[in-house]
Amino acid sequence: MIINHPILGPRDAQEFVYLGDANLMGRPDGMTAGIEAFHDYLYNRDNPAGAHRELWYHEQGDRSWLVVTRNTVTHEILKVEMARDVARAGGRSK
Amino acid sequence: MSQSNRISGGQIDRKTSLQFTFDGRSYVGHAGDTLASALLANGVRLMGRSFKYHRPRGPLSSGSEEPNALVHLRTGARQEPNTRATVAELFDGLHATSQNAWPSLKFDAMSINDKLNSFLTAGFYYKTFMWPAAFWEKVYEPIIRRAAGLGALTKDEDPDEYDKGFIHCDLLIIGAGPAGLMAALMAGRAGARVVLADEDFRMGGRLNAETFEVGGVAGADWASAVVAELAATPNVRLMNRTTIVGAFDHGIYSAVERVSDHLSVPAAGKPRQTLWRIYSKRAILAGGATERPIAFENNDRPGVMLAGALRAYANRWGVAVGDRVAMFTNNDDGLRTARDLLAKGVDVAAVIDSRQGGDLLPGIRHLQGAQVIDSSGRLGLKSVTVRLADGKTETISCTALGVSGGWNPNVNITSHHRSRPEWRDDIAAFVPGTGGPAGLSSAGAASGAMSTHGALATGQAQALAALADLGFAAKADELPRAEDTPIVISPLWFVHEGKGRAWIDQQNDVTVKDVKLAHQENFIAVEHLKRYTTLGMATDQGKTGNVLGIAIMAELTGQSIPATGTTIYRPPYTPVAMGALAGRSRGKDFKPFRLTPSHQWAAEQGAIFVEVGNWLRTQWVPKAGETTWRQSVDREVLATRRSIGICDVTTLGKIDIQGTDAGAFLDKVYANTFSTLAVGKCRYGLMLREDGIVFDDGTTARMGTHEFVMTTTTANAVTVFRHLEYCRQVLWPDMDVQIISTTEAWAQFSVAGPNARSLLQKIVDQDISDAAFPYMGAGNITIGGLRGRLFRISFSGELAYEIAVPTRYGDAMIRKLMAAGAEFDAIVYGTEALGVMRIEKGHVAGGELNGQSTALNMGLGKMVSKKKDSIGMVLSQREGMNRDEGYRLVGVRPVDPTGSISAGSHFMEIGAPVDLASDGGWLTSKVYSPHLGCDIALGYLKAGDQKIGRKMRAVNFLTKTDTLVEIVSPHFFDPQGERLRG
Amino acid sequence: MRYSGFRVIAEALTGHKGWKPVWRDPAPQAEYDYIIVGGGGHGLATAYYLAKEFKQARIAVLEKGYLGGGNVGRNTTIIRSNYLLEGNEPFYEFSLKLWEGLEQDFNYNAMVSQRGIINLIHTDAQRDAFTRRGNGMILNGADAEMLNRDQVRALYPFLNFDNARFPIKGALMQRRGGTVRHDAVAWGYARGADMRGVDLIQNCEVTGMRIENGRIRGVETSRGFIGAKKVGVAVAGSSSKVMAHAGMRLPIESHVLQAFVSEGLKPFINGVMTFGAGHFYVSQSDKGGLVFGGDIDGYNSYAQRGNLPVIEDVAEGGMALMPAIGRARLLRTWGGIMDMSMDGSPIIDKTHVEGLYFNGGWCYGGFKATPASGWCFAHLLAKDEPHKTATAYRFDRFLKGLMIDEKGQGAQPNLH
Repeated sequence: MIINHPILGPRDAQEFVYLGDANLMGRPDGMTAGIEAFHDYLYNRDNPAGAHRELWYHEQGDRSWLVVTRNTVTHEILKVEMARDVARAGGRSK
Repeated sequence: MSQSNRISGGQIDRKTSLQFTFDGRSYVGHAGDTLASALLANGVRLMGRSFKYHRPRGPLSSGSEEPNALVHLRTGARQEPNTRATVAELFDGLHATSQNAWPSLKFDAMSINDKLNSFLTAGFYYKTFMWPAAFWEKVYEPIIRRAAGLGALTKDEDPDEYDKGFIHCDLLIIGAGPAGLMAALMAGRAGARVVLADEDFRMGGRLNAETFEVGGVAGADWASAVVAELAATPNVRLMNRTTIVGAFDHGIYSAVERVSDHLSVPAAGKPRQTLWRIYSKRAILAGGATERPIAFENNDRPGVMLAGALRAYANRWGVAVGDRVAMFTNNDDGLRTARDLLAKGVDVAAVIDSRQGGDLLPGIRHLQGAQVIDSSGRLGLKSVTVRLADGKTETISCTALGVSGGWNPNVNITSHHRSRPEWRDDIAAFVPGTGGPAGLSSAGAASGAMSTHGALATGQAQALAALADLGFAAKADELPRAEDTPIVISPLWFVHEGKGRAWIDQQNDVTVKDVKLAHQENFIAVEHLKRYTTLGMATDQGKTGNVLGIAIMAELTGQSIPATGTTIYRPPYTPVAMGALAGRSRGKDFKPFRLTPSHQWAAEQGAIFVEVGNWLRTQWVPKAGETTWRQSVDREVLATRRSIGICDVTTLGKIDIQGTDAGAFLDKVYANTFSTLAVGKCRYGLMLREDGIVFDDGTTARMGTHEFVMTTTTANAVTVFRHLEYCRQVLWPDMDVQIISTTEAWAQFSVAGPNARSLLQKIVDQDISDAAFPYMGAGNITIGGLRGRLFRISFSGELAYEIAVPTRYGDAMIRKLMAAGAEFDAIVYGTEALGVMRIEKGHVAGGELNGQSTALNMGLGKMVSKKKDSIGMVLSQREGMNRDEGYRLVGVRPVDPTGSISAGSHFMEIGAPVDLASDGGWLTSKVYSPHLGCDIALGYLKAGDQKIGRKMRAVNFLTKTDTLVEIVSPHFFDPQGERLRG
Repeated sequence: MRYSGFRVIAEALTGHKGWKPVWRDPAPQAEYDYIIVGGGGHGLATAYYLAKEFKQARIAVLEKGYLGGGNVGRNTTIIRSNYLLEGNEPFYEFSLKLWEGLEQDFNYNAMVSQRGIINLIHTDAQRDAFTRRGNGMILNGADAEMLNRDQVRALYPFLNFDNARFPIKGALMQRRGGTVRHDAVAWGYARGADMRGVDLIQNCEVTGMRIENGRIRGVETSRGFIGAKKVGVAVAGSSSKVMAHAGMRLPIESHVLQAFVSEGLKPFINGVMTFGAGHFYVSQSDKGGLVFGGDIDGYNSYAQRGNLPVIEDVAEGGMALMPAIGRARLLRTWGGIMDMSMDGSPIIDKTHVEGLYFNGGWCYGGFKATPASGWCFAHLLAKDEPHKTATAYRFDRFLKGLMIDEKGQGAQPNLH
């Protein structure tokens, strides 16, 4: 596979490390959320057959975490974003 | 017998004669021959035996689809099993032997199976060999396994090397027949970066095997001229002997280039083969088509061959397979073979044409409405029996029979992404379906355009389409003139007459009867048919047999062929040597070595090294007179605790963390608190995964208000860094924190023992007295002006420091330390002594940090602060992880100090039955402590914290030991930690 | 009809006219007591044991494609019970014991062949971990032996003992481990279930679930609505897709695992072996092909095909272990969809919907589990309580912190 890195251009997916569903960005706050919320966050997945937003890390490159939108049936990559931008846009801060 | 079957013409170099042997007999062929063509030229038709029935076999084809003519090529460690003689390029001194036959190819004892064929039908083994139960492994299976396989490996290491390479291009063209050449010409002239790959050593595809003219010249000559132009085009890369074997995502193709297979041994420094990873923006499949046979009784005899192969041997290689040949065809292509052979002066006995009507071939006995119903000849074809249109039978003597059942486009690569081929009635064949690899189109016979003109036209059209996509300007040129004969076929899959066997998949001995049995037993789904009969599972992946099998099943069920379906071709297109896929990652080069800064010094001392991940670390350093590793390790431990031991700890992960939020960041990633750590101090940190399990541990020092240095375990250096990047980019993107891995930037040494300070003070420029540099102190220092870092931390339990200098000074540093330490008898200790001392101190490491243990399990539960949010804090509170009866870290020692215990032993109560219910846990790590004079171990024991002082058993069934042990605190040595504060 | 050597001989002498279809192709009935969704190994085994051991009737298996077309048809055929953790080992040992009597039980030769499995050891730490494991296996009634380097060498002298990057120091061996002809497992169970009246319905895709007042009433299918008192889902690979019909999100991701077979070679690897310094495991089939595999590709996928890096990685592991296979050729690769769970262990449990049961999350250990999975799922379906060897395979183990994490990788499915 080839991931079109927003900064570096097309790179072989072998340079990257895969984490999983980009919903993992939505970590609850440990001081307010409890076990149930963390359990759902960490363990349950939509696991769609189709477009899937997922986290990849450019370990053999610039160390960016990316949000890649990829079709899990065809492997077509629809969108690649910097995870930090997506996180900020989603309201994450400190 | 000297090339008795060689006739005129062809693209062989008759001036270059090549000697070769097959089964010990010497023959002569010519440059440009394959092993098969050369053997056929010498009148040798018998080249192999089939898998199940050990039927005598000769080549069916002239290409990579060959199911029968498989041989052992070369000798010794280079012996290569299952090599298709039809694509093995002849070289001088080639040595081939037959396989799957004993004692000889002509008299094969296992051909008894052929006589027993009525018992050995498809799937017979599923229905028997069940009683008595123990007989399967002991009796039946060994017999079956003795018969398994075709060729043999020698079990010697492959002496050849393999390379890997990467190519980027605009357009990859797969196949250099008329379609591929035309496409390459268009794209090359337009300026696109083109790769044109062909599995053959000679480009031109079928043009080399046919008598067609293209643009008024012989097709093969036209191909040569185009190849010459392309070779002179700098943006075109020609790759012959290169098979595109797999289509992967996003335009990536794998290719195997047989760099040296046409030589007796690779030239010096050259690989045998190269695996290319080709990154293409567009690709065109122009891989041609494969002819398929018609099944009839005994259609597998040497000499029975695809009609197109017969033609190829005559036209390309100047070989008449038989002195008298016949044809059996259901389409016009078979007639073409008869014409070509006749023109070459070969005696054509008859053309048996299953179709009625149409023009009769002039000058040939053309039997319309006739079918071949049987053949004779034990080791090679002698005659065929024909059912004539009038119902009479006739035996026609012939030594070769060309069979043409029509042509199947080579759709294989298009289905590597699981796209299913589509059926076209007009050519009675499957063509590429939709949903194939993105960016891949097909042209020529591979796309169903079966004429030369069709190939040229679709090659040009697909190239133009690809060029337009890629943004290259190109116009259609006038196409060279070429034949445009339509496909005229009336499908005939198998001859219905006869009670014997008619082969579909020749290598695996799948016959029409097997398909009928599968149908009878309701193995009707195509996948069931394949799996039950093994149709298409041989080394040719069913290139000649699959469609036949499906068509026969369709006829039996009354369904159409497309409704019956097709199995999907899987990569690779043709089988690929494991060596090519592995490349140079083998032997010692399997993974790179990471060497510590003191490696050279340690090697000079005769150190023993051990693999730790990709690192090589000093395991121990034997001294003269030491004969066992224990002597060395005990000495290193005692010397360290007595005076000074030095250990290279560079392998520990080191991460610089800076920024105004660095302290707050560490509070998030560590279970304990770091924001309160004073500048110039270190703290032990415990890092959890989000699921509350311990991820890693290490010490982190605060070098400045906004500057920390983290250490990780060796094993987790990479994953911890990745995790920190995740936390700062994804979870808390606005934190002002920057990180960089400095694992390879700093050479770091542990200097441990009562005299550690005395030694270091000799070389460190600053005051490091206990007052100036107390326990858990950290700071920047200089060593004779060289910048360094010093941490007063201890894994050994001694007064200890870790001193770091830039890596390039690491070798100088170990030499300086040893020189300065000479007066203290300083020694270097390795990982074994390190392990002894950490267990004596009860520190957790690999065996305890197993990814399954909580802080509570390790006795570190109180370190998880609930006053702040940190990774893993919430889920570490789940009930199942906080049970009183859960595992707790304990120390273990044998009650009898001479007793032996082993890691991996399980705890059992004394007197309790040795069973699962009384399994109390296990010993995680064990060493011999020279201080305590006995084995000591750490372990996870259920409710272990409540069992200190109790006696239990450590049971190891694998070594059959059962030792009485005492459960103790894991802190065996200096439990108050007085030494490290000294 | 009963299969035997005598029958094979008798049929051979009479032209094989007597062989009957191995299963019927019945039209679906309006309602069943039990519907098993998924005609792979686990679904077929479930139906078989429901009928045979739990004496239940009115059972249907609904299969989207063809019987045995799931991962039972695409795997490396290994059976073993060399698990580490107490939540797993009793179950897998139960499974191995069922394998040992399976062929006589369902009268079909699935070629259960206990030629032994070895896990190679390259470091002292690995030996410690395998010692713990081996002892746990023995405590669970399984067999285990620790081999030293010379013993391994005696078994497989052609392994890389002299020039290895990671030296071979020994192996944990389970002699009762081995291989089974995978397709025959599906066919044997299918035939056995069919003989006991189970309706095996192919080309019947479940497209929805009818749930009323928290209770399952039946399933919508490509062949219409089929009513059921109880529905058991065993569709590993597609678990998330099917359970979404019941509104469930699962602790499962779908990943691709590639498997590999070489050209047929004269046998030289008798048993099964796993490399301990890379991802590579191998056996040699009764036809002579080397059957081998490695790691999953590592990204979510339903594509049933993988990519080149893993193919190369597996070949590198193979060559590092066995330098003699350089000239053996890889014949075919294929990819299957794995139900990768959050701790690497499976789930056999009830759901929040009454009458709806789930079996999945097998990661890439599902084949060896087939008999026990079928038995335990049938037990749960028939008795509404888990079989004693499968009590840990609950959905709520993640909520309660009772993960069964053999590899110690945490909630990251692609690492299990």
